[in-house]
Amino acid sequence: MTARVPGAAGSPQTLDMMVNMGPQHPATHGVFRMELAIDGERVVGLIPHIGYLHRGSEKLCEHEIYSQIITLFDRLDYVSNFNNELGLVLAVEKLMEIQVPERASYVRMILCELNRIASHLLFVGTFALDAGAMTPSLYTFRDREMIQALFEATSGARMMHNFFRVGGIKEDVADDFVVRVDRLLGELERGIDEVDGMLSFGEVLLARTKGVGVISGPDAIDWGMSGPCLRASNVPYDVRIDEPYCLYDRVEFGVPVGTQGDSWDRYYTRVVEMRESVKIVRQCLAQLQPGPIMAQLRRIARPPKGEVYAHAENPRGDFGVYIVSDGGERPYRLKVRPPSYCNLMPLRDLVVGSYIADAVVILGSLDIVLGEVDR
Amino acid sequence: MVTWSEVVLTALGLGALFAALMTVVLSLTWLERKLLARIQRRAGPSVVGPHGLLQPVADAIKLLTKEDVRPADAPRFLFWFAPVMVVLPSYMLWVIIPFGDGLLVRAMELGLIYLIALSVLEVVGLLLAGWGSASKYSLLGGFRAAAQLVSYEIPIIIVIIAVAVFVQSLDLRDVVGGHATTIAGRTMSYAGQGGVPLALVMPLGLVVLFIAGLAELGRTPFDIHHAESEVVGGPFVEYSGAHWAVFYLAEYMNTFFIATLTVLLFFGGWSWPSPASVLGDSAPPLAVNALGAAWLMAKVYAVAGVIFWFRGTYPRLRIDQLMAFGWQVLIPLSFANLILVATVLYYGWPTWTLPLISVPLLAVVARVAFRRYADPRKMKTVRMFTRSTRADGETVLAPQAGES
Amino acid sequence: MTGNGDRHAPPARDQAEAVASSRLTARGQALSKLLPGALSKFRPTVGAEIDEVTCLVGREWVVDVAVLLKSDTALAFDYFRLLTVVDYVETAREFEVVYHLYSLERRHKMALKTRVPESDPWVTSVSGVWRGANWYEREMHDLFGVVFRGHPDLDRLILPDDFEGFPGRKAYPLYEYGEY
Repeated sequence: MTARVPGAAGSPQTLDMMVNMGPQHPATHGVFRMELAIDGERVVGLIPHIGYLHRGSEKLCEHEIYSQIITLFDRLDYVSNFNNELGLVLAVEKLMEIQVPERASYVRMILCELNRIASHLLFVGTFALDAGAMTPSLYTFRDREMIQALFEATSGARMMHNFFRVGGIKEDVADDFVVRVDRLLGELERGIDEVDGMLSFGEVLLARTKGVGVISGPDAIDWGMSGPCLRASNVPYDVRIDEPYCLYDRVEFGVPVGTQGDSWDRYYTRVVEMRESVKIVRQCLAQLQPGPIMAQLRRIARPPKGEVYAHAENPRGDFGVYIVSDGGERPYRLKVRPPSYCNLMPLRDLVVGSYIADAVVILGSLDIVLGEVDR
Repeated sequence: MVTWSEVVLTALGLGALFAALMTVVLSLTWLERKLLARIQRRAGPSVVGPHGLLQPVADAIKLLTKEDVRPADAPRFLFWFAPVMVVLPSYMLWVIIPFGDGLLVRAMELGLIYLIALSVLEVVGLLLAGWGSASKYSLLGGFRAAAQLVSYEIPIIIVIIAVAVFVQSLDLRDVVGGHATTIAGRTMSYAGQGGVPLALVMPLGLVVLFIAGLAELGRTPFDIHHAESEVVGGPFVEYSGAHWAVFYLAEYMNTFFIATLTVLLFFGGWSWPSPASVLGDSAPPLAVNALGAAWLMAKVYAVAGVIFWFRGTYPRLRIDQLMAFGWQVLIPLSFANLILVATVLYYGWPTWTLPLISVPLLAVVARVAFRRYADPRKMKTVRMFTRSTRADGETVLAPQAGES
Repeated sequence: MTGNGDRHAPPARDQAEAVASSRLTARGQALSKLLPGALSKFRPTVGAEIDEVTCLVGREWVVDVAVLLKSDTALAFDYFRLLTVVDYVETAREFEVVYHLYSLERRHKMALKTRVPESDPWVTSVSGVWRGANWYEREMHDLFGVVFRGHPDLDRLILPDDFEGFPGRKAYPLYEYGEY
């Protein structure tokens, strides 16, 4: 896509240069291709290409029973696995009117919030890398490893857990879970403070991200953005407060809302969210009581005929699942609402008019995961 | 008339210089990787040799035996010549650098001018590399590099001129050697001979030279032209094998050069603290020279360490921010430095008035920049909301108490 | 697949009864009473599915309904959540296009539905009303072949540009698939 820019009479005619960013590229978070038309350093056009990671998950779901679908959902947003699983089980539980035991709900919340911290740590590391700072990514990945060690002890896997089930969780957590999580939270707080102090108010990062990729609140709403991207544009919408699921109405936490809608706000809301997640986990640990971890159900879930839309607050935004059930053990139709998909749509509007270096920063600040964009 | 013995001595000197340079440069690569790794909580090179000290040797062997790929569209001569064009001036700069009293290959009275002239030649090499690689990315990188390097030459030149004005000589030996100079009947001794290094006299010049030197090197936070996350290597992206090794070498030789320049100009080089004053006046000249050279190398490695430290800490500036910083901050500061030096010398004020004025000036500039660009109170544009109940009983998100 | 796909058997119960017996919240109930009046011109069929208010309109009215839903201050559906195409070709020879909407201001949600025949699957695009519908429509066209008239750019999004066929449909030959 090169366009001849008509010059004024007498001035040289210029041609836009077409630069391809991706699909293999150190900066883009996953296999994602951006065709940039640049005029010198400025981006004048952008065509995003997705679909490199399309695996036909939704079609596959029509041929699998619900407990098999959980493994598919793990792999959608492969950075925040527990949150995806939660979206699915919430939908099926809503459809079947299942009351999940409290202990299971608390454990789900703890794991999901820890996963939120892990996901945001990855974001901070890669965002700093996009801006040019190499060191923070190593610090955040180390903290992430601590969280994933806990996940491994709980569910058996560092990442693709396959732990939540319709009606509860697969098995109870170990006896030392509370102690372990408590210790982990202390380390995480130190790690978060360290990375925050290292990055957030540094002059160079501020210069790179302030005022870059601004999207206003009404525009963000119109594009269907959600999560920290939407909240950074001064729209206080959080699914955990708006339509509480699990037991989020029993815990107190703050929700950071940015005022400028630029990349820095999107970055900093996530840093603050990490701290709030630590608070939530602490409260859940305090409220955790012994009890059953699974509702009384048949082994293979057979939801009645009907349709349901359930959603949860993923680290990336509003993760929705729409299930059309025909009464069988497999869904008739299952559609996922991926938050990164919607957050990625306004990329063209965000990037056009800024510099190439900004394109990288803006894409990084949106925090997309191609697994859920492409499904 | 040049005699044979001069030619032979010069050739030997050049050879020794080359060997020494290679060793130091290779050790610098090791130092950088180790330092960066430690900052990033990693081990760094630790397999090849004790503490990974032979890693640079392994790297060199790998690079030299790697296939040298040339893109089909790349013009042959330009592609081959670009690394040469970059490394040749880097090497020629070293001819006049003194490692001790009289320890240099060639003495020049206009040494500082020679330095300035040669360091500009590398820009041509980068442009050749960018253009000759027949790749859009490298072209972009080459342009960025050329613009950046040319812009940041100016503060370096002005600072060097300021130093020359202060020392009243363009000869590097005089700058370092600490030969006392007399101006307007007053003896100015500043390095060696019990004087103080120029860093204490001209801190503004030190700061400007160091930062502009970082930008000359294309090092973080000014490494946008070979930023990995964007143009992936910039002008060097199509080079591999021996050609790439030459670029790599040139980059580290330049790093070494900037560090050495900083130390020679501002930290007294080999003459502060004066080796003679440490060893005593009757020490053999060999010992004196060796100690001086050791001082010099220690200080140079320390400065290089700081350069590597920057790399592990800072993100990188965008090209327009980089240019703005160079033209709008560093160049005025370097001119301010020059004017200050000239004023102090012209009016014959005592030397200590120079830092007396430059340090507050630096502090004011830093403070203004901080308040404008990095003050957390201004920059923190994220508010905290919490769950609250509205008057009509609805649960909403509202700003936390205490926030606007 | 043991369930039968007859989701489309005409509702045996009265719509009002369906609404009353569903699990709508108070807001949902209020919305379900508001919609028939606000959209009366388009003859909607308002129902409920668990906690979502559903509203079925003819495909030619979709854009007009969308504009009204977005601009009406009592409805104020400014947030486009999800667009789905459900394949009912085996049973009813049609696709159902489902739009999930939400209002940030009024905090109520609904599912707008329309049906398109398999022989002529087109709907007018709502990407002019909510920009967030853009890629959804492209993807549904990609996977199901439903044409969204008026969409600015209906290219392949998720699948390779030279892919043939509509794999989202139930009729797509999954097991007779040849080497690509």
